[in-house]
Amino acid sequence: MTVLQVKVWRGGESGHYQEFEVPRFESQSVLDVVTYIQRSLDPTLSYRFACRVGMCGSCAMTVNGKARWTCRTHVAKVAAADRLEIAPLANLPVVKDLVTDMSPFFEKWAAAHGRFQGGRTRRDDFERVPPDSPQRGLVDEAIECIGCGICYSSCDVVSWNADYLGPAALNRAWTLVNDVRDTDQTRLAAVAGDAGCHACHTQMTCTERCPKQLSPTASIAGLKRLALAAALEGEI
Amino acid sequence: MKNDFRARNHPAYWAFLVHRVSGLLLALFLPLHFWALGQALQGEAQLDSFLRWTEQPLVKFAEVVLVLLLAAHMAGGVRLLMLEFLAWRDWHKSLLAAAAGLSIAAGLAFLLNLV
Ligand code: FES
Repeated sequence: MTVLQVKVWRGGESGHYQEFEVPRFESQSVLDVVTYIQRSLDPTLSYRFACRVGMCGSCAMTVNGKARWTCRTHVAKVAAADRLEIAPLANLPVVKDLVTDMSPFFEKWAAAHGRFQGGRTRRDDFERVPPDSPQRGLVDEAIECIGCGICYSSCDVVSWNADYLGPAALNRAWTLVNDVRDTDQTRLAAVAGDAGCHACHTQMTCTERCPKQLSPTASIAGLKRLALAAALEGEI
Repeated sequence: MKNDFRARNHPAYWAFLVHRVSGLLLALFLPLHFWALGQALQGEAQLDSFLRWTEQPLVKFAEVVLVLLLAAHMAGGVRLLMLEFLAWRDWHKSLLAAAAGLSIAAGLAFLLNLV
């Protein structure tokens, strides 16, 4: 039976890698490996997951140097030479072992006006969005985000500028500025500042890494264009 | 925790690096360029002797590198403008390949004395 050599981050911000030997199974995911370690080798290991099917976005970790959703990442795909190095997501405070504090990530969604602000009440009729309208098309391309934080953790600009809103929050803002029902008039200004869309260097690591194959870079570029147009009009 | 090179190892990141490094090197070269132009103020002889000095193989080679840097920085900039200001489409790797191809072609053309 093949054995995987697995190095797992232990501790908080300062810590060390601990080595485990984990039996290799067919169709094994990286999350299976972490779960095996916790259930059979060391019950004190902390990590996070919920759905196991790529929907909830809670299982993201750094696997052999790249942020990935571990429940949908096959060991066969990433463990060259049967070696794995599993660390918590970068760019976020480490709580313990593989668990990060996601608060800065979600606070930036709020700062980017990531909340839908409708103009109708429950007594009004539904507002209709034509499914084939161009704006709905733009929203469709960006809406499937599961909030896993992989893009945020992969982004150099986040590492360089702690205030940068990051790919996910900007992607969310882009879906809302294209939502014809939304009434928030200040969102574009909120994402066009120093720590907003213009800080993006188009390194595209977010797009490279997004497990849902979204392109936050595309959304950020869209925001850059809208912000430029609004600035030329003197609106922001 | 911080990312290392493994997270950055993909084409668009290399393009960023080439753009950044070529920009920095060109900025460093600029004062030299102005100094060279300034030689003309000291009279024709001064400039001519400097220009003769630049005929040396090593300096010529440095010029090829310079042309390559300029071409790469410009092509990279045009790539970024097209990527970000035109409607988004799935062409960023093609743009990158075109920019790389153009820069290398410019460098080669200079090297082969075609321009
Ligand atoms: S556990 Fe839900 S996305 Fe992986």
